[in-house]
Amino acid sequence: MQECGLDRRAATATLLSACADALVISGLGSTSYDLYAAGDRNSNFYLWGAMGGATAMGLGLALAQPRRPVLVLTGDGEQLMGLGALATLAVQRPPNLAIVVLDNGHYGETGMQRSHTALGASLTGVAAACGIPWTLDIDQMDALAALGTRIQSMQGCGFARIKVRAEELPRALPSRDGVWLKNRFRSALGFSPI
Amino acid sequence: MTVWQDQLFEVLKAGRVKQVAYVPDAGHARLIDRVSQDPDMRGIVLTTEEEGVALSCGAWLGGQRSALLMQSSGVGNCVNMFSLISNCRFPFLTLITMRGEWAEFNPWQVPMAKATQGALESMGFSVYRVTQASEAEETVQAALELAFESEQAVAVLLSQRLIGRKSWLTAN
Repeated sequence: MQECGLDRRAATATLLSACADALVISGLGSTSYDLYAAGDRNSNFYLWGAMGGATAMGLGLALAQPRRPVLVLTGDGEQLMGLGALATLAVQRPPNLAIVVLDNGHYGETGMQRSHTALGASLTGVAAACGIPWTLDIDQMDALAALGTRIQSMQGCGFARIKVRAEELPRALPSRDGVWLKNRFRSALGFSPI
Repeated sequence: MTVWQDQLFEVLKAGRVKQVAYVPDAGHARLIDRVSQDPDMRGIVLTTEEEGVALSCGAWLGGQRSALLMQSSGVGNCVNMFSLISNCRFPFLTLITMRGEWAEFNPWQVPMAKATQGALESMGFSVYRVTQASEAEETVQAALELAFESEQAVAVLLSQRLIGRKSWLTAN
């Protein structure tokens, strides 16, 4: 069955090229591979675990770095495990934070079982109902540059869901050394190791 | 009762803690109030405690210190998320009000109370305990320094005897 949706690697690369200054946290699994495949940067932090934590981690980062755009790039399964964080985010609503979910409707790392978003749940609807100031559903490549520009210019706290195809792509594996990733990221912001 | 809680606030403030995440607990109420009234600190209400673990790690990535306030039942909600701390050696400070131990009325609090310290230690935490009000300030100060100067996960258990019995038979 040929599912509809965008190519997740192309979508990620297009988005990232339009928000080059963003500090980026990626959720475990495919979105970490997508982010790495779009080009490794010191200001990328790749999660390999902590499922459900990407949005809250992005919130802490955005509050600490109010002059930098912050992007959380994650998948539907990871976001589903942290739905409550969308309510927490909506209370704080830092204007420099955007959550972008690459939604393929499946758990790609574990055998492509269908997730709740393929079975009726709308993450965009949840985000809007929580009170996140702007939400977008995107299924066209030509909307991604505008989304990146919006993130780059820190035009309010928001949530976007990008419909991507459920397909298994070659893995692109970033470093999984958490201490190294942390120190690299902090060094890029001017913080020294202890 | 508020004296030691005010002292904890002063320790956090002097320790440059900027983000204070919490799932509310009566034992933390005074501290949460003080944080919410301070223009240099940000109180962040969570839907579940594990959000506070991830939030704290994000804050440190961005150069800010944070603390997580929760009660003992919340520790069980956090266990997998604690792996983020140890994998990346993030500094992490949590102040935990104990339920389910001293003169507890509600048996549903007891199992997690018995597991709290063990769960924390099994995930790599240093665990301090405060049983007397006179120890609170010094203990939290030491915990804060261990957390942020040595990038360690540190929990301070505020015992139920310190906090006092919850009154079940009067309005509260």
